[in-house]
Amino acid sequence: MSWLSRFLRSTIGQKIVMAASGLMLVGFVLAHMVGNLQIFIGADALNTYAAMMQGNQGPLWVARLGLLGAIGAHIWSAVKLTIAAKGARPVAYKKRSWFDERYAVRTMRVGGMIVGAFIVFHLLHFTVGYFEGGFQHCADINGVFTCFAYQNVIGGFANPLVGVFYIVAQVFLGLHLTHGVWSMTRTLGFGNPRFDLIARKVAMVVGLIITIGNCSIPVAVMAGYLN
Amino acid sequence: MNLKLHVWRQKGPKDKGRFETYDATDVLEDMSFLEMLDVVNDGLEAEGREPIAFESDCREGICGACGCMINGQPHGHKARTTTCQLHMREFSDGDEIVIEPFRAKAFPVIKDLVVDRSSFDRIIQSGGFITARSGSAPDANAIPVAKVEADRAFDAATCIGCGACVASCPNASAMLFTGAKITHLGLLPQGQPERYLRVDKMVSQMDSEDFGHCGNFGECTLACPKSISLDVIAQMNTDYITAQFKGRDI
Ligand code: SF4
Ligand code: FES
Repeated sequence: MSWLSRFLRSTIGQKIVMAASGLMLVGFVLAHMVGNLQIFIGADALNTYAAMMQGNQGPLWVARLGLLGAIGAHIWSAVKLTIAAKGARPVAYKKRSWFDERYAVRTMRVGGMIVGAFIVFHLLHFTVGYFEGGFQHCADINGVFTCFAYQNVIGGFANPLVGVFYIVAQVFLGLHLTHGVWSMTRTLGFGNPRFDLIARKVAMVVGLIITIGNCSIPVAVMAGYLN
Repeated sequence: MNLKLHVWRQKGPKDKGRFETYDATDVLEDMSFLEMLDVVNDGLEAEGREPIAFESDCREGICGACGCMINGQPHGHKARTTTCQLHMREFSDGDEIVIEPFRAKAFPVIKDLVVDRSSFDRIIQSGGFITARSGSAPDANAIPVAKVEADRAFDAATCIGCGACVASCPNASAMLFTGAKITHLGLLPQGQPERYLRVDKMVSQMDSEDFGHCGNFGECTLACPKSISLDVIAQMNTDYITAQFKGRDI
């Protein structure tokens, strides 16, 4: 046990917690996106998929608790490390300039917080079903368990402000991933220069795919392509 | 060339400190940054004022004693250069230059631009000894070392312990420095017996000195006068993870 508490107190240990939970979360985000993109196949495809998920409450809750744990671990390590980092430079520089001007690395914390707020909103929005205009919960209709995910998505983006918030959050999520996915490989110890070049590209592509994939839904609804 | 300098002045560790402005006149472009400060100090002394305290030793970029923030970058804006090797030709007439000490909790200011970097020494000390065979010197080629490993170890060993990595890191992390030390011993056969014990001890010491963590920003490697690669941090992470599985108690 003393080994574990030592590990969790070290900055590298905390980074490893962050990287491992991040790996789980990015896996979920990719799967979630692929699932949601079925909306472009049609209302039936998405609703059947939703009914399949909602119809298996056992595995669904196992996955939900796992994700909650990963989010908790990700936030815990971020808070610990950020507090320590702020304390590590008590006096700020009067003038600061950078060799590396890239944006993504500088938005990890702020982007993480925006994504965190987005997750809360998103759960209230489409899981709890708290929005104006009538959310339809899954129900037994003539003996068939039916979900209305498609109708809910259309209704949920009736307010363009909601759509815009979704898009902004996905851009920050994408930025977070373009740095985070690569950084994760470094933290987990894959520092081989050959591997590193691939890891940078993969992180870039993952960030881009997530942003484009997830934004496409509110954009398509707001543009009237999905209705 | 004439310059305006905004320099951090602090009488001692307890003093609050403040910026003061000085004119540096008739600066020659062949002067190093430290020689320019020498000239400014001559002027201050002639007026009976306290000269600006800064550190230097070799003045040829190999000892790591010098170093301050020059316009917001450690050792100035020129890559792969120490403050003593930064020449005034990198600046132009009329420039205003902000000169501050390296800022980190683990690097308390002693006076003006001089900071106490003994936290680095304690990290080195915590690494302890390496087991070396005593007796007559071994034959030069008795211990084979692969060329790639020798090169990587050597690159890591070029770290001069200047502290620019800490100064440039948004988290004031010492991982580039510590990673360089871990890597240069860890890759060589002579460093193997204590390899995992060493990483565990050095990381604990580094953390207890109140340095921040590594977010892989990569600013350190660009600010480092020796271009120590970010790979040394990944190497340290790998060794640290491996050390957890070795199950040794410290
Ligand atoms: S790693 Fe580079 S910047 Fe850091 S102490 Fe060593 S030489 Fe200086
Ligand atoms: S004085 Fe030795 S490196 Fe600058």
